[in-house]
Amino acid sequence: MSDVLLLSLIIFLPSIGALLIAMLVDGKSVQTLRWLNLGFSTATFALTVWLGLQYDSEAGGIQFASKSEWIPAWNIFYRLGVDGISLPLVVLTGLISVLAAIASWSITKQHKGYFILFLALQSGMQGVFLSLDFFLFFVFWEVMLLPMYFLIGIWGGPKREYAAIKFFIYTLFGGVLMLIAMLMLYFHSGATTDSFNLIELGKAAAGTSSTLSSTLSPTLQVWAFAILLIGFAIKLPVVPLHTWLPDAHVEAPTPISMILAGVLLKLGGYGILRVAMPLCPYGAAECAYVMVAVGVVSILYGAFAALAQTDFKRLVAYSSVSHMGYVLIGLGVWKIGEATGQTVRPDLWLMGINGAIFQMVAHGISSAGMFFMVGVLYDRVHHRDLNQFGGLMGRMPTYSGLAVVLFFAGLGLPGLCGFVGEAFVLLSTWNFDGPLAVAAAFGVILTAGYILWAIQRVYLGPEYLGPDKDLLSPVNGREKFVAVILVVVAIGLGIYPRIVFDVMQGSTTDLVQLMQAGYQHTSSLLPTINLPQN
Amino acid sequence: MLADLLNNLINDTVGKGFPFFAAEITLSVTIVAMLFAKMLKADRIAPTFLIALAGAGIACWFSFAQFSDVFNEGSRVTVFFGGMLRQDLLSVYFRIFLTLFLILTIALTILTGVPDNEDGQDFYTLLFSATIGMMMMASANNLLMVFLSVEMASVPSYVMVGFLKGRKESSEAALKFVVYGAGAAGVMLYGMSLLAGLLGTTDLTTLGTALASADSGGFASAEIRTIAFGILLVFIGLAFKLSLVPFHFWCPDAFEGASAEVAGFLSVASKAGAFALLLRFVIGLSDSVNGSELMTAFGLGLGIVAAVTATVGNLTAYTQTNLKRLLAYSTIAHAGYLLMAVSAVVVMLNASNTTVAWKDIHYGIGAILYYLAVYLFMNLAAFAIVAFVRNQTFDESIDSMKGLYRAHPMLAIAMSLCLVSLIGIPPLGGFLAKLTVFGAVYQACSVHWLMYVVLGAGGLNTVFSLFYYVRILKAMFMQERSENAPKIHIQALDVSYAVILSAMVIVLGVWPSIVQNIMAIANEAGASSLLIGQ
Repeated sequence: MSDVLLLSLIIFLPSIGALLIAMLVDGKSVQTLRWLNLGFSTATFALTVWLGLQYDSEAGGIQFASKSEWIPAWNIFYRLGVDGISLPLVVLTGLISVLAAIASWSITKQHKGYFILFLALQSGMQGVFLSLDFFLFFVFWEVMLLPMYFLIGIWGGPKREYAAIKFFIYTLFGGVLMLIAMLMLYFHSGATTDSFNLIELGKAAAGTSSTLSSTLSPTLQVWAFAILLIGFAIKLPVVPLHTWLPDAHVEAPTPISMILAGVLLKLGGYGILRVAMPLCPYGAAECAYVMVAVGVVSILYGAFAALAQTDFKRLVAYSSVSHMGYVLIGLGVWKIGEATGQTVRPDLWLMGINGAIFQMVAHGISSAGMFFMVGVLYDRVHHRDLNQFGGLMGRMPTYSGLAVVLFFAGLGLPGLCGFVGEAFVLLSTWNFDGPLAVAAAFGVILTAGYILWAIQRVYLGPEYLGPDKDLLSPVNGREKFVAVILVVVAIGLGIYPRIVFDVMQGSTTDLVQLMQAGYQHTSSLLPTINLPQN
Repeated sequence: MLADLLNNLINDTVGKGFPFFAAEITLSVTIVAMLFAKMLKADRIAPTFLIALAGAGIACWFSFAQFSDVFNEGSRVTVFFGGMLRQDLLSVYFRIFLTLFLILTIALTILTGVPDNEDGQDFYTLLFSATIGMMMMASANNLLMVFLSVEMASVPSYVMVGFLKGRKESSEAALKFVVYGAGAAGVMLYGMSLLAGLLGTTDLTTLGTALASADSGGFASAEIRTIAFGILLVFIGLAFKLSLVPFHFWCPDAFEGASAEVAGFLSVASKAGAFALLLRFVIGLSDSVNGSELMTAFGLGLGIVAAVTATVGNLTAYTQTNLKRLLAYSTIAHAGYLLMAVSAVVVMLNASNTTVAWKDIHYGIGAILYYLAVYLFMNLAAFAIVAFVRNQTFDESIDSMKGLYRAHPMLAIAMSLCLVSLIGIPPLGGFLAKLTVFGAVYQACSVHWLMYVVLGAGGLNTVFSLFYYVRILKAMFMQERSENAPKIHIQALDVSYAVILSAMVIVLGVWPSIVQNIMAIANEAGASSLLIGQ
């Protein structure tokens, strides 16, 4: 299979499935729809795994790269490719999609529309991770908006319409910011054929591009980075731009919550890594402290908010806000010596970036698992009030055992996936700024607090306190399958994190070097450049 | 002597004028034919709409024939009818645009049955004469022609708005439209007399040079201030046609009173003609060689008006419950986006430093033309669907759209494609159009910082606009039809009309060769409009 075909199939196979369902399948044959959806999702996942096996992590760098013309008048190309940063997220997206497809058995109305949108959403997500053209990236980014809006707005909980529009507006606002930054980069790189090429734009910022000779001035880089950072931070999300998240996650149906937490949040982190940082290295260095500080605030705010919740799903949602703070910190711990203008201990910054990416993958597994576990409960007793649970360990032992492992993974217990990313990030933060590292580490204790308290209130205790006691039936095979897979992956990643680190090491090392070169190159422009006059 | 003069005149008219004016002449002949057919009672055999369709088709064919002539000879510019009109790629572009739109509007009126065969010849006569006026707006080369064409387009429009005889709202809307229109026309005529008197010419191509020689004194001289006043008054006349804030009050009332078909016609064709005319006017006044301070200030003023127009349009649309009023405010907002590009063109054209590349100005004008091309399809389809639903429910409120997805999934999807494209979300044509417009505005930022504000306003407005378009989406997909509401049964032919139009919205967003060609033609038309004719 040729490179472009393989990557295009990963992106568009779900869309083909959506088209097939739309045209050929009768909306009433629910079982066919479910299996078709699962089939297409699994096939896509299989392709991503195959892609992962073929990726040569020794060599690193962009592989499977391809380009073909799309709209030459604007130098827009259909550029695809995968590297060590995107590959783990591509596979994660495939896996979470399959699990969410299995969880979609719980959808009870308008099945046909649901599965069409579900598959369209997958195309958008894979497209973002696999595109190397800024315009294409943006297109896929926005393509996800509409399916998500409908998935929350039609199949969601009681406040679904409010949550859906809130999600839509926040993300569209982020998209508009990205659009403006896109125009800045496009026109300042000379509007040539490579002006949307994310790789060449990154090299241009470092002054090593063979095709692009000009780039943003230092001042404009700071502006562009700030604009992009806000755009991506909305998706990540970061306090204070996070308020869409609790609403959207809580109101969305379980499988969509899994995708939201498992994949969509990672898009924000990926966007910073793929677009904001390499294209504006000087801006990234200038904003590093802000990134770390905001990340710390997110961790603490998210954890405190989670402590205060009585709704189980809302607690998990706020835990996502808290966990994604680590990602922002890991990316931002770039310390530049005041006197030398050189990066202090680039190896520790590399560690932070590696930790951030690992945290994204790990959180994809653990948060999807937590949302799924909450969904299993909600399907049975139709409430999520933390104070009305208890004693589930006795009534649903298998479920409770699996759930506790996943919650511990979220807590960051050593040996489970959540620990590795947090540890890497915190260690690298110490080099960057001591007080911030201490504050971030304090978040770990808070995390333990709200998760242990939740486990105590839901799973432990003498007896179940809420209504519909009789409906607490043991988990069925389908639910057990999803949970076991998530638990196995969580343990696997916790014990053998190298499986992810080895893949990304080459690409992140390149990124760190490119960014340092970019900072040097752009600062060298500083004294001679004329600031834009009115 | 006299014989020479006559010979020249005849040669000029027959050799140059008639071929260039073929489409307009065809439409005029069709009007006469329709009236004769009615008089001779031939409309029993051949319904009026067939004659109208044939006439519009021939006119469209003539326009396409001109296109290949003009395009192959490389942006040739010719003035004809004694310098009153001008033939270049821009006028041909609008001729094709307007005749194509005329065909689509006639097709829509056939489908919806407004007007019935009794009134057909009256309605189509008005429609055709308005179209001729708009075509002349696009090729005007003289201030006299500017006024004449505006009136020629306006007067039939007044009557069309009031065409639904016996409806109070309709008559009220028409009266409001006439009173506003007459006032604006008077103001515009006064402005023209000032300009003609002070600059000593009415020829648009020589206005710029005359202004440049008068401009030398700076703003201190009384003469230049009077000229500025004259330009402002002419702009007010055009602003009325474009429904720019604060001259927009007629627009929602007129749209609400008129039938949806007429409202769709006014919102697309009339705007397109007025934008072509505005371009002719500002290009004529501009001094691209030395730059003009007065015109730069005028361009920045246009930018502010554009930002205010888009904001007011979008914010006011939110409170509307009538679909036609909502779409009227959406039209106002889109006029704001388009005016942003016009303002960018004026600012770049009159920049005194030579930092602006000539090509960027072509792109700016091309952006307007491409936007209009996409706007034609998305807006007409939206109005068409409103008309189809109205024919079934006798209701034009947002509530009439409730549950449309259940009744007619294809129609609901077509409508949502149009709305999403109006918001400007990729991969639809509306996004690409918006990108080109924002790109032009960004290019103008290098001339004056105020354009950054305009760009920011444009971005913010994209987010604002989401609120009200989504209300229609919500009604169609998420709300159930009440029990006693009339059922919707729309003919398959109507549905396919809407589906074809909305498919064009996708095509104009993604289809490489079509997008590429239209953009290239639009840019070339932009280039030709800047040349001075022989």
